[in-house]
Amino acid sequence: MSMLMLDMTDKALKLRVPFTVQLDLTYRCNERCVHCYLDHDDHGEMNTAEIKKLLKELADAGVFILVLSGGEIMLRKDIFEILEYARELTFCIKLKTNAMLIGDHEADRIRELGVESVQVSIYSHRAEVHDAITKVQGSLERSVKAIRFLKSKGLKVIIANVLMKQSAQDYPGVQALAKELGVEATLDPTVTPMMDGDRGNLALNIDENALREVFRDTGLVADVDKFCAVPEKAGDDTLDFIPCSAGHSAAYVSPYGDVYPCVQFPLPSGNVRQKKFIDIWNYSDELNEVRSIRVRDLPNCSACGNITTCTRCPGLAYMEGNMRGPSTQDCEKSYARTGIESVNLQKKKAGASAGLVQIRGLGGNSTLVNIQAVAAMGEGASA
Amino acid sequence: MSGKLYLARNKSVAARLLGDEMMLMSGKDSTLFSLNPVASIIWNAADGATPLDEIVASRICPEFDIEAEEALRDAETFARELAGHGILQVSDEPIARPASTQQEPK
Repeated sequence: MSMLMLDMTDKALKLRVPFTVQLDLTYRCNERCVHCYLDHDDHGEMNTAEIKKLLKELADAGVFILVLSGGEIMLRKDIFEILEYARELTFCIKLKTNAMLIGDHEADRIRELGVESVQVSIYSHRAEVHDAITKVQGSLERSVKAIRFLKSKGLKVIIANVLMKQSAQDYPGVQALAKELGVEATLDPTVTPMMDGDRGNLALNIDENALREVFRDTGLVADVDKFCAVPEKAGDDTLDFIPCSAGHSAAYVSPYGDVYPCVQFPLPSGNVRQKKFIDIWNYSDELNEVRSIRVRDLPNCSACGNITTCTRCPGLAYMEGNMRGPSTQDCEKSYARTGIESVNLQKKKAGASAGLVQIRGLGGNSTLVNIQAVAAMGEGASA
Repeated sequence: MSGKLYLARNKSVAARLLGDEMMLMSGKDSTLFSLNPVASIIWNAADGATPLDEIVASRICPEFDIEAEEALRDAETFARELAGHGILQVSDEPIARPASTQQEPK
């Protein structure tokens, strides 16, 4: 990110302007990725007129970066009408897509409409692995072909690669593919829980050893010693920081008009079908609660040795049950980086070491054998 | 400046007012620019039909304590610099806008 962009983001934060908004146009999708956090049925997505009305409200609210995502955005028949209107409103437009429906003609139009970048999900350079994740035969070939179209028009393309158990060894291949295509590649080692709270897909997360290897890969990390160093102790300035830009200068809107602090932070804060976006942004109790939180208000994390470098996501913490609590996935990432175990991980381990079988009295002579400790240990090992 | 100069905003540029600064991002290479209040006035007035000297005389000089000649010189330098980045079109004749005219950024 350029220094000017950092300055602008900082200024937006101080002015409390929603600088970046992700709008999911649909949850429908032509892939069925094994790790996806969405329900792909259409429960009443906004129509063209509603989307246009919202875009105008977002522009009026000061939104600069508009991320259009899904589901698969190209499944919307009005996608180019939406893009044309977004262009008229002078957004910086970024698209997230699997690109399977982007051919030469679509790539031309996307270029004409001044889209800043197109992010395409690629999980492996091997078709048998990628296609098994998307559950669509031929999907890698189609996505790569679309990337070539987009690139040939001069568009900036970014490959997004989510690391999972089944693709953990393939990220160097994806990086090489990106290089061959002349595009950027990003790597995300975090599988997000389902938006309905189901955490079953977290079993797909790569394990601790794989994480440790990724964080020490000199092909990915410029200065491994610095990146994995024991963090500096938190000073007062760190404790006064906000934990994340979600709800401060960033927001998310679902295809049904629900406003959340972030796509990964499903705290319902209002609906644009009932209220103007700016009124939700300014006056929502939920967003104001998110904004009130500083690092020092996080009971476990504020005293953690990793606090100055941890990528703790308040949305993942919220999905674990407490927006002020720890995000176990980030505790594990920090541990893999620095070797410092968070209080949260220590507690989980202590809970797990209580034994596989616990017996507590139910009054009289009866006993209940439960498997709580087994569940706790399983969660700690898989996430 | 020898003759009239006309400016038009490039339709692929992203633009938004943040506080008192106008943010622009080039659609060509994603370069980000931040315009001060004077430059923002020129950007907003760049409709392809109003000549630069008129923009300076009617919208800049009355608001800022600056001589017209000096302001026009600075404005032309600024306009040509943005044109170099594909942010503005510059011409010595009025510039026709496409049917779908880009709205003035908020």
